[in-house]
Amino acid sequence: MDYLNLFVKSIFIENMIFAYFLGMCSYLAVSKNVKTAVGLGAAVIFVLGITVPINYLLDNYLLQPGALAWLGPEYAEINLSFLSLIIFIAVIAAMVQLVEMVIEKFSPALYDALGIFLPLIAVNCAILGGSLFMQQKEFYNISEATVYGLGSGVGWFLAILGIAAIREKMAYSNVPKPLKGLGITFIICGLMAIGFMSFMGISL
Amino acid sequence: MIKENKNIKSNSDKMEEVNTNTSAKMTKEEAEQNGMILFVSKSEEKEGLFSAANRRLLTDPLNGDNPITVQILGICSALAVTVQLEPAIVMSLAVIFVMAMSSFSISLMRNIIPSRIRIIVQLVVIAALVALIDEFLEAFAYDVSKQLSIFVGLIITNCIVMGRLEAFAMSKPPYKSLLDGIGNGAGYGLILVIVAFIRELFGSGKLMGYEILGKQAVDPADSTGLYALGYVDNGMMLLAPMALIVIGILIWLQRTKYTDLIEEDA
Repeated sequence: MDYLNLFVKSIFIENMIFAYFLGMCSYLAVSKNVKTAVGLGAAVIFVLGITVPINYLLDNYLLQPGALAWLGPEYAEINLSFLSLIIFIAVIAAMVQLVEMVIEKFSPALYDALGIFLPLIAVNCAILGGSLFMQQKEFYNISEATVYGLGSGVGWFLAILGIAAIREKMAYSNVPKPLKGLGITFIICGLMAIGFMSFMGISL
Repeated sequence: MIKENKNIKSNSDKMEEVNTNTSAKMTKEEAEQNGMILFVSKSEEKEGLFSAANRRLLTDPLNGDNPITVQILGICSALAVTVQLEPAIVMSLAVIFVMAMSSFSISLMRNIIPSRIRIIVQLVVIAALVALIDEFLEAFAYDVSKQLSIFVGLIITNCIVMGRLEAFAMSKPPYKSLLDGIGNGAGYGLILVIVAFIRELFGSGKLMGYEILGKQAVDPADSTGLYALGYVDNGMMLLAPMALIVIGILIWLQRTKYTDLIEEDA
């Protein structure tokens, strides 16, 4: 039950886009139509679901103060937490590269669908944000971290799917000229975020 | 996608081709074709330290080429740290520092970075600088560092840094890249400070923590300043979505004034 709670919480209440504004750049740039939005969203779920647990392991067995105790008592004093930013981003960049190669090898169809979005993801704030939030939240075990990563990814996916659908329909509406494009997208996104705030009252 | 962005993209594509040859040999015609101010190293020596072209590198990103409102770069962290003015200012300074230093150092290394692994090289340089800032804030401005929480770390994936490195620093000499970094960092900071100013003033009636609109008390008779007249803070402004809407309105204002920024096909 805890896992379900965590999953729902990370999708709706702590939504990456609407609660923390992470991954906004690609969110705004790639949400012109639903098809590409789905591709990017799927890639984000995938990469978050992989990198968060890996970084969880690294954080717990390498980076945290005293995390090296498993090597022997003389290592228990070492605190490598200042390295966490560099290690996390290196893991993310490497994983994205790896995932790209694996998908290309085993599922060319999926590779074509995700296409250019995979490399883009290395610099998506939502991915690094997922790892940094994971570090802040101090999960008890790796499956919690995995559920959190997947949930955040699904939340991001829903958000980009929603705004892409709205933007497709917006072609038919009469938007003031200076507000066209970027401006109205910001305002719509703000309104969507207000909508998502209604989930905040739910306590899980 | 927005016009400016395409421009940068195609520029950076072109840059890449040139880069693999040797960027220093770029001809002037090519430079003019790209529509950017490029100089071969010879002409740079003749150029003054604060020539018009160099000044433009600093001032363009403040308005017509603003990273947030025009290039859509670096929005991620722009929104979450603007509830109050103080963290917004600290964040802007951090970004200016990271952008200036990373542009400068990447530009120094631009000829020896293999283009295949350049993203990782760039990320490592940025990550090292950001880790420096993070430790510095924790040591000397602990409260602000707690408020910014993970957003300092997220400067690494702030598209504005990577974007400028790709589009500018990978192909230009160090001094120009330094100016471009400072200019774009300042353009980012400007928007951040404006949004934070609006949100803090209307949301909590304070600026930098000072109650400039008077003091609000539970009993209206005890209130001073505007609050004595029945003014009430707009709690909406403190909510995260309002940052998006404030930026949307800023974009609207900017494009009403500078009509050439309007997107026709969108």
